[in-house]
Amino acid sequence: MKISVLQFPGTNCEYDTKYAFEQLGCVVEIIWHKEKQIPSDTDLLVIPGGFSYGDYLRSGAIARFANIMESVQAYAANGGKVLGICNGFQILLEAGLLPGAMKRNDSLHFISKYHTLKVVNTDNKFLSLMKKDEVVNIPVAHHDGNYYIDALGLKELEDNNQILLKYCDKNGTLVNMNGSVSNIAGICNKEKNVFGLMPHPERAIEELLSSVDGVNMLKGFLQ
Amino acid sequence: MKAIVNVGLKQGVLDDQGKATHHALDTLGFKELVKNVRIGKQIIIELNSTDEAAAKEEVTKMCEKLLANTVIEDYDIEIVG
Repeated sequence: MKISVLQFPGTNCEYDTKYAFEQLGCVVEIIWHKEKQIPSDTDLLVIPGGFSYGDYLRSGAIARFANIMESVQAYAANGGKVLGICNGFQILLEAGLLPGAMKRNDSLHFISKYHTLKVVNTDNKFLSLMKKDEVVNIPVAHHDGNYYIDALGLKELEDNNQILLKYCDKNGTLVNMNGSVSNIAGICNKEKNVFGLMPHPERAIEELLSSVDGVNMLKGFLQ
Repeated sequence: MKAIVNVGLKQGVLDDQGKATHHALDTLGFKELVKNVRIGKQIIIELNSTDEAAAKEEVTKMCEKLLANTVIEDYDIEIVG
């Protein structure tokens, strides 16, 4: 499995992401945003977390126009698998590869903590190893994770099983952590080859980090 | 010539920053006076142009492409000087 991880000025999760996928036996290459092409042997393209361009203007707004993004658009259009984690999710929204937009958390606070998530749909290329309604414990760390989509868009997400993860408590009861419409933590596109999520599965892969729930999720991305 | 661009959340999209600021103004004793607060941002662009209409057209493109996220934000443009 060959994984390409994008890197913009201000990205800060690229090495964690590389490490996590290497533990699963993948070959991982970090790709600088000025490159024009992602490697042709890429099996999974990851836009990792961080603060690309300092989150100036809006999170992800400037990164979406980086040189490499044309190649990302083409890769996604050809059915290539694209994963956006946290700032990566924000970039995918700004780039129009996923529907909706991010607003500042409704508490206006940066939220950095472990949070439980409910698996909502598994009939996709990303969460096929997980069980529907399974509850996993994975950290979040964001300021702009308040997912917004209008009522029509939400219905479309629901009808097409595009909502993959929602925030919940440890018993699986849905909770609204940051103002997100319908408690959404992660969605995919209609074709189900582009997935964005705010939580960081790459940070929950070792007992020392107090959760290993990210391992199974990351393995699912490799199916 | 300058373009003054105001970007803010659309009506109907909950403005949490506006709401929090409204609450703070209430607690500072302005409760009677303040009806609603919306927060946006202002982007000031100095332009190399003397053609107001053409400039406005170009700045509109900038807004649509980058300066505003039209999924959640509205914008208005004022050309001055």
